[in-house]
Amino acid sequence: MSPFTEGNVLTWATFAPLAGAALIVLLMIVRATAGLGKKGVDDASRWIALVTSGVSFLAAVAAWRLYDPAVPGAQLVAHTVWIRAFNVEYFVGADGLSISMVLLSGLVSFIATIASMPWWTGKKAAEMAGMVEDGHDDPAHPKHFSVRMVPGYMAMLLLLQTGMMGTFVALDMFLFYVFWEVMLLPMYFLIGVWGGPRKEYAAIKFFLYTLAGSVLMLLAIIALYYTSQPALLADGTMSAAHTFNLVELARQGRAGVFAGAAPIMGFAFTKIVFVGLFIGFAVKIPMFPFHTWLPDAHVEAPTPISVILAGVLLKMGIYGILRFNYGVLPDATAWAANAMAVFGVINIVYAAFVCLAQKDLKKLIAYSSVSHMGFSLLGMASMTPQGISGAVLNLFTHGIISPMLFLIVGVIYDRAHHREIERFGGLASALPEYSAIMGLAFFASLGLPGLAGFISEFLVFSGAFPVFTLYTVISATSVIITAAYYLWAIHRMFLGKLNQTYAHYPDLVWRERITLYPLAAIAIVLGFYPQAILGTINGTLHALVQNIRPL
Amino acid sequence: MTELLPLVSANLASAVHFRPELALTFGTVALLVADLRWKRDAARRTWLAASALAVLAITAGLLAAQPAGSRALFNGMIASDAFATFFKWLFLAAAALTVLIAAPGKDFPAARLGEFYALLMAIVLGLFLMASATDLLMAYLAIELVSMTSYVLSGFRKGDRRAAEASLKYVIYGGVASGLMLFGMSYLYGLLRTTSFHELAGQIQLLQATGLPAAATRLTLVVALILVAAGIGYKVAAVPWHMWCPDVYEGAPTPFTAFLSVGPKAAGFALALRFFYGALSGPSPVAAGLGVAAGGLPWPAIIGIIAAITMTLGNLTALAQTSVKRLLAYSSIAHAGYTLMGLSAASDLGVQAVMIYLLVYLVMNVGAFLAVILVAEATGSESLLDYRGLGRRHPLAATAFAIFLFSLTGLPPFAGFVGKWYLFYAVFARIGGPGGNWYAGLAAIGAINTAISLYYYVRVVRAMFIDVPAREPAAVPAPPALYQALLGASAIAILVFGVWWTPMVDWTGASLQIFRG
Repeated sequence: MSPFTEGNVLTWATFAPLAGAALIVLLMIVRATAGLGKKGVDDASRWIALVTSGVSFLAAVAAWRLYDPAVPGAQLVAHTVWIRAFNVEYFVGADGLSISMVLLSGLVSFIATIASMPWWTGKKAAEMAGMVEDGHDDPAHPKHFSVRMVPGYMAMLLLLQTGMMGTFVALDMFLFYVFWEVMLLPMYFLIGVWGGPRKEYAAIKFFLYTLAGSVLMLLAIIALYYTSQPALLADGTMSAAHTFNLVELARQGRAGVFAGAAPIMGFAFTKIVFVGLFIGFAVKIPMFPFHTWLPDAHVEAPTPISVILAGVLLKMGIYGILRFNYGVLPDATAWAANAMAVFGVINIVYAAFVCLAQKDLKKLIAYSSVSHMGFSLLGMASMTPQGISGAVLNLFTHGIISPMLFLIVGVIYDRAHHREIERFGGLASALPEYSAIMGLAFFASLGLPGLAGFISEFLVFSGAFPVFTLYTVISATSVIITAAYYLWAIHRMFLGKLNQTYAHYPDLVWRERITLYPLAAIAIVLGFYPQAILGTINGTLHALVQNIRPL
Repeated sequence: MTELLPLVSANLASAVHFRPELALTFGTVALLVADLRWKRDAARRTWLAASALAVLAITAGLLAAQPAGSRALFNGMIASDAFATFFKWLFLAAAALTVLIAAPGKDFPAARLGEFYALLMAIVLGLFLMASATDLLMAYLAIELVSMTSYVLSGFRKGDRRAAEASLKYVIYGGVASGLMLFGMSYLYGLLRTTSFHELAGQIQLLQATGLPAAATRLTLVVALILVAAGIGYKVAAVPWHMWCPDVYEGAPTPFTAFLSVGPKAAGFALALRFFYGALSGPSPVAAGLGVAAGGLPWPAIIGIIAAITMTLGNLTALAQTSVKRLLAYSSIAHAGYTLMGLSAASDLGVQAVMIYLLVYLVMNVGAFLAVILVAEATGSESLLDYRGLGRRHPLAATAFAIFLFSLTGLPPFAGFVGKWYLFYAVFARIGGPGGNWYAGLAAIGAINTAISLYYYVRVVRAMFIDVPAREPAAVPAPPALYQALLGASAIAILVFGVWWTPMVDWTGASLQIFRG
């Protein structure tokens, strides 16, 4: 007896967190007027966050179960008119492209919510992390983010979750843009208020980069809308003049409506719109040369926010390109394929080299994300079935592995309050469980066969090789560099003589176990049975690349 | 004597449609009397605010009772149409908010509150006339009525050096701008032999049909148009007639600054729309686009260039401001630039976009200034430094202010995004037509400016929520309940209209009827 039906499951997944955020805001107003105790309000907002985020996760799982890969097109649709005067609709649904992202977003959000709780931590670990309310909050031993301004944090976290889920399920262009931008504000505050020492700089850099990209995207969206032809609205009437309906826009794109549109400033319409959209999405990927916000944001963000950033936000760039550029502008996509592949190669190789030089563990992992996102770019640029499946599978596997990595960094940072690789050493003897899980995550990330990362890399390489042989060969060198930086990091942190400072450190506590083990299990299962994801995404993706044809 | 009678009866017939303005005129006088009546009354503030609101309410009632349809009044001096009515509602809302904000505030001593209210009603009368003027002379008189009263009110704080400076700068710039405007009008009258908006377009075509050298007449007309634009541009604070704006905003009492930033600006746009789009684009509702409006006069191009410069300069200068009031002044210059994009589009879509934008701007900007007043009353300062820690001291005020600032940036799901969306859309609708590349450039400049503006708006947000206060201010009394209610209501309105703006579109769509003679 599930409360979720095909019509409402995505709405539940999207708006349950928003309802939670609204509840918390109400709670804060009540607290301000009625003078409730701090502890009660903090705990209540934590529970609200856990429950609503959990509902969203369950709905995402239900959506994945309800999704039928054999049926082409959008499923689980909810469709009503929102603003008739402007043909804007509330139109959500999932196809093979978005269903895996819905699942990922629900899972990672829930994991991040759990990781935001100060609970289930042993006394010693809690004291080391600064989660105990002893009134001291100094730079050397700061209060843990999970006990600072809790209601505000939880409200922002939930708002962010609504924005992410909405972005993946929106099939109305206007709705998509609203969700896309809604993510910015909570992210700014989550980094800026609860972040590390250089949080202001990192937060504003993230905000400005993303907004600069998304205003270009906005112009491209308006251009697409203005060039589109009318389509049926949800209530069966014809829209006035144009449409925001992405399914319909994709159909018009395939029919050549945009390819035949009048040029703008002397450039072909589809090309200039493609570039506008692409830059907007490339900032989020992040693609070289727009990637510099990512290391700063990651380093300063609190652990759960890094988890969301790496696990979900980065996926939106690739998702957006596949949904908009590939779906609506197939001709221009063929024109840009080579450039995308080149940028993909730069991302892969350049970021891998940058990783080698990192002293900060979190920065290393941040750059490794940049490198891994390059695989998706290369794979999708090849336009082969394996390439594009590998690209989207890579989103999912990276969305499982990189949250693990960031959680792992969080574990050691909570204890040591620094992340410098050089200052650790011999941790394996003091923290055996931690070392084991970290080894697993590192090997999954560097693409060890039998773990999730390998499958997607292999698919990308085998898909890209026939089309971009040289690029693939160059990218393949990164496998060695990646192995080098991960193994070297393991060597420096875990092997050798134990630094006595760390001898008394507590090993993993339950708070960390319940976030890490499920992810580890998924990483292993997907390594042997990638069909669980590939089976749902292949149909839609292969149809998508078939539409790409030269300009 | 008999000759005069038809004129008298025509004027009497017009006066029936002039009742809201008459109410404001008598209201001004009534408020002066009320000021004397409650001279020594303890509840003086309440009484005066109630009387001012009553005057506005009566005006609103008469405005609502206005018969529908468009008509010329007073021999074509002013027009009564849906377009003017929309703006009149806007002015009434702005005035009512200002009355409420000024009532409990420290900016106005109780002894002088009556004066302020009386003069405010006079300004509203001027704004009403600006929105409905259909004759160059009437437009000039309306602008002067607004200006003269504004000079007085911006220097309202006696003995304050900044107020004196503000008032003086305002007078000098205002004098120059209105002189230029009058000069431009004299050119127009000399060439076209008419001052009526309804006849301008026809006369221009007639002029070009005569044997005069086309290039010379065109140049003269363009110069005249730029001079007239100076007078209007001064009212909306468009570059290069914006110099008064930061000083006056800073020196004037803040409730009046809030009014100044929305009322006269909206009236300036109403007049600009009526003059450029209503009169110069000819009888057809859709001008052919940039460069080819009536008689080949490139007014959309002139406005477009002014728009691009205004928003860029406003935003770039705002980046360096340390006083929040000055920051908002430059932001209001930038917003004048965005709004001019709608006028430059020269289409019904553009007019509607301007109207939607002004409507949203009214709520968010008055809200923002209200937050400034709250902080100024608690700390006595408008410096950005004193906004630090506001998120802890006044969570409600800080959250509401943050909402206004993000809305001013144009982020969804706030109403400012909807306004901006319509402006960009109106510009985009022109890209396929003549001058399309210009419009594409204008849209791109607008987009870049949005990203720039984020930086300084977020600086304020950062100060409120992230930065640690340099010094903990002494225990701050809770702001008046009225302010809290106004802030909350404005913030909720911004959120609601950001998600559900059908009423705004319907209302502005029904108010597009510009009376064209």
